[in-house]
Amino acid sequence: MNRIGVWLAVAVLTVLVLAALVPGLFTGQDPLAVDSGATLQPPSAAHLLGTDENGRDVFARIVHGTRASLLLGFGAIAVALVFGGLLGLAAGLGNRIVENVIMRLSDVGMAFPELLLALVVITVAGGGTGNAILAIGVANIPSYARLVRAQTLAIRRAGYVEAAYALGLPGPRVILRHVLPNAVKPVLILATIGVGTALVAGSALSFLGLGTPPPEPEWGSMLSTARNFISRAWWYGLFPGLAITLTVISVTVVGRALRLRSEGRTG
Amino acid sequence: MSLVTVDDLRVAFGGTPVVHGVSFEIGAGECLALVGESGSGKSVTARTLVGLTGAGSRVTAAGLTFDGQDLTRLRERGWRRLRGGRIGFVLQDALVSLDPLRKVGKEIEDVLAAHTDLSGPARKARVVELLASVGVPEPELRAGQLPHELSGGLRQRALIATALAAGPELIIVDEPTTALDVTIQAQVLDLLAGIKAEGRSLLVISHDLAVVARLADRVAVMKDGVIVEQGPSSEVLTRPEHEYTKKLLRAIPAEHTKGTRLSGTVPPAGATGPRRPRGEVVLRARDIGKSFGDRVAVNGVSFELRAAETLGIVGESGSGKTTTARIALGLTPPDTGAVEVHGRPWTRGDRAQRRDVQVVYQDTLASFDPRHTVAKILAEALDVAGVPRERRRARSIELLELVGLGEEHLGRRPLKLSGGQRQRVAIARALAPSPSVIVCDEPVSALDVSVQAQVLDLLEDVQRETGVAYLFISHDLGVVHHLCDRVLVMKDGSVVEEGPVETVFREPAHPYTKELVAAIPRLTTAV
Amino acid sequence: MKTLTFIGWRLLAGLGVLWGAATLTFLVVHFTPGDPAEAVVGGEGAAPTPEVLAQVRAEYGLDRPWFEQYVSHLWRIAHGDFGTSYRLHTPVTQAIGEQAAATVELAVAAALTGLFLAVAIALATAGRRRWRGLASVVELVAASTPTFWLGIVLLTVFSFGLRLLPSTGGQGFASLVLPALCLALPIAGVLGHVLREALEEVLEEPFIVSARARGLSDTVVRLRHALRHALTPLVTMTGFWVGALLGGAVVTETLFTRQGIGRLLVSAVNAKDLPLVLGVVLLSALVYVLVNLLVDLLYLVIDPRLKEAA
Repeated sequence: MNRIGVWLAVAVLTVLVLAALVPGLFTGQDPLAVDSGATLQPPSAAHLLGTDENGRDVFARIVHGTRASLLLGFGAIAVALVFGGLLGLAAGLGNRIVENVIMRLSDVGMAFPELLLALVVITVAGGGTGNAILAIGVANIPSYARLVRAQTLAIRRAGYVEAAYALGLPGPRVILRHVLPNAVKPVLILATIGVGTALVAGSALSFLGLGTPPPEPEWGSMLSTARNFISRAWWYGLFPGLAITLTVISVTVVGRALRLRSEGRTG
Repeated sequence: MSLVTVDDLRVAFGGTPVVHGVSFEIGAGECLALVGESGSGKSVTARTLVGLTGAGSRVTAAGLTFDGQDLTRLRERGWRRLRGGRIGFVLQDALVSLDPLRKVGKEIEDVLAAHTDLSGPARKARVVELLASVGVPEPELRAGQLPHELSGGLRQRALIATALAAGPELIIVDEPTTALDVTIQAQVLDLLAGIKAEGRSLLVISHDLAVVARLADRVAVMKDGVIVEQGPSSEVLTRPEHEYTKKLLRAIPAEHTKGTRLSGTVPPAGATGPRRPRGEVVLRARDIGKSFGDRVAVNGVSFELRAAETLGIVGESGSGKTTTARIALGLTPPDTGAVEVHGRPWTRGDRAQRRDVQVVYQDTLASFDPRHTVAKILAEALDVAGVPRERRRARSIELLELVGLGEEHLGRRPLKLSGGQRQRVAIARALAPSPSVIVCDEPVSALDVSVQAQVLDLLEDVQRETGVAYLFISHDLGVVHHLCDRVLVMKDGSVVEEGPVETVFREPAHPYTKELVAAIPRLTTAV
Repeated sequence: MKTLTFIGWRLLAGLGVLWGAATLTFLVVHFTPGDPAEAVVGGEGAAPTPEVLAQVRAEYGLDRPWFEQYVSHLWRIAHGDFGTSYRLHTPVTQAIGEQAAATVELAVAAALTGLFLAVAIALATAGRRRWRGLASVVELVAASTPTFWLGIVLLTVFSFGLRLLPSTGGQGFASLVLPALCLALPIAGVLGHVLREALEEVLEEPFIVSARARGLSDTVVRLRHALRHALTPLVTMTGFWVGALLGGAVVTETLFTRQGIGRLLVSAVNAKDLPLVLGVVLLSALVYVLVNLLVDLLYLVIDPRLKEAA
């Protein structure tokens, strides 16, 4: 990936974070304001990206939907990282029994596709943004547990860890000073890329009508309604999805760039 | 007429020139050796002859011909006829130069299919003949095996067979013996000599002057992309004209270099006096043994190491020398026997004892935490040694100066250091807790000969100044002869012979030691 | 012999995973808030009499201790009895069975399309300066595009814009094209990226340079040497593409209003029809285990060195 692409991605992410925190910066329109006289209007000067079936401004809804959508991606990965990370560390540093129990449990977890496991959580706990975050997060715990364990084990076998033991550094300090910091970084970098996939999975839940409920603006749930108007309003189905795709691409590009940089330095 | 002529060859990668105007010729049936250290441009130069310098490279030459054909005008199709057909190319490590997922015989068949009209069954028969001709026993069986099922020596022979398959006039061999044990090295050199005797031309690329001395009619010494000296081997190796060639030859450790400075530098003030006398026993192994599953790695090994003494352990791969080192270090507990430090067996949790035996590895880069700077690496070692925080920086600088570095290196990360500098930092780190013993596990094996010379000199200087004892593990008999006082020869986990280096190498008693000593590549005459 | 032992161990591991999956479904049923008996009788509004509830409890064994329930839960699953759908009042296996063919058709079509695209693009562009930049952008966009939006775009262009292909339904080849493409493209993007990076790494290996030095053409080197090595990372991604196919099927079937297990699942989730949801999830675990077993065997064919390691 070239430099311009990476900086472009960083710029997009900056704009997205700003839109999530202060949506008023980008649009003066109310994302919930219904206008029955202007339903399904194509893009114009008044409505930059057109209007939806209730005459609401699509651009305003996309801007105001940033918060819910980003929350889905980042929140889910945070859940997966915290719980998966702790389990993975326990497996990577603990004794054989702990390791085996955790790894066999994660084998079982890995056997369920992410979205299906999330649907089970939704069935039990119900829909909504919070539960969607929880559902996607829980579904990702097993893979993060494996990732963290693999990293921890790899680093425990690294030459510099043996060198630290040979120097006479006590075990807990070797783990704190050498194993943890070196294991955490690649995991965080992969998690960056994971935010993108989690965002797609979260908005898929909304698209199925199981995530963020209407009329609250969220990109996936906007598309869920938009699909009933494909034949009449191309803009309605196009722009919210473009927002998702652009976000995922930016997150992936930044994540990959971080990975390349860290690998370039260590290898 | 010469088979190959190269005139003012220049190669650049992405605008950065790496070969600046190289000229040489190779006559029919002649062997030319291109010798140099890493980064000298010798491999790239050889690859221009088969058009495989890689993407992003730019090759220009006033003349680049093979058998009268202008190679600079060749297109892909023409190159393919030449590669494997008229020029055989043997890359350095057979383990990675044969496709690990394909049978050895298939790789040879590929060449026959590309360059001959032989039918399928005829190709299979030819493969067996070829394997037999390079000295592979049971060729039918071997042809059907994957590379990892062959030993290192057989693999190298099979790789050479792929290059010979279509009967090319020129064979290029890149570091033919680098990853091999010394006895196998000798066999491969004999095989190459046989190929030359068949009337083929050879271009040998090597960093090892002693290896090429045995094979080459003429030698060209490369440094930084230019040939600094070329001529008949007998002259270049015995009466070198160029300063660099002289330096290279002087740097090769061997019997006659013992007690001299390989790098030709003046020792620091603290290391000018006579050697310290041997002291009390600091490390003692009593009958140690270790098995991994069914495999016996170490079997009944005993030794004593005294202060200010260097004890070498030599052996080929799989001889158990590295496991012995790890047991001596207290990192691997032995199944039987014990290792004592100052008369006390290794005790878990005894940090004073732990500090007393330190280590220097071959792969130093891997032994440093990639996030840490030199300052942090040394501070951690000093912390373990109980040096208070406020004195660590001053002590770090002292240590760096002891190993020939300085304060300016404190802020660097290991990746930004050269191989020699890294090894110096590793030695400084090992010295930080003022140990009685440093275990050196192949510490110079990954280094170029001139850098190796500096590190070996440094080890001697440090011993004179501090009186530290070395347990020195190596596969290189020349290095061991140069540096060590006494030596253990290991084979299959056991010590087959031990004693002072002079005795063991001059009058070897055990047949295996005799074989080893006979296989050492030597320069024809002492310099 | 070693191969057989290896297969034996993999089978056992697969059974272990299925056992774990069945246990998980039991825990979900057991710890879901609310009275399962009420759910059986028909949701919150049904207001059944205490006698009816007691009868349902006895019939489903809900009054017995948890371990008896657990054992009989496992016993029934082992015999292919996944319970009765709360909503449809038919056995879960029957409900799934009726929808299976349509989903298998979609998943297989998408898997083959995705794999073909990934391999073709990776082989053609790996290590070729002019093309790899373009290919990596295309892969990135494909991999980052959510299935449901891709579907909407495809529908807008091909069904409503150009009127080339039908927008809904499950009859015939024409109605399969858009859903299969929609499911395949994001998968092809991810697999293509992984495969191309693996190929580029392999193409730098000394044995590839050696093969070229023997006079082999670039195409032969790629097909005969490089591809086999590059397939290994692809094979390790089983979990990803099985998950992507099954999860993607849920979305695609909903979007294109196709018959299939995915749509069945969505309606079951909406109706809080737990047995049906768990039945589908268990089935997906079974598919995962079986595919993994096949992939492990394929692995041994690709890399015979593993036979000894196993």
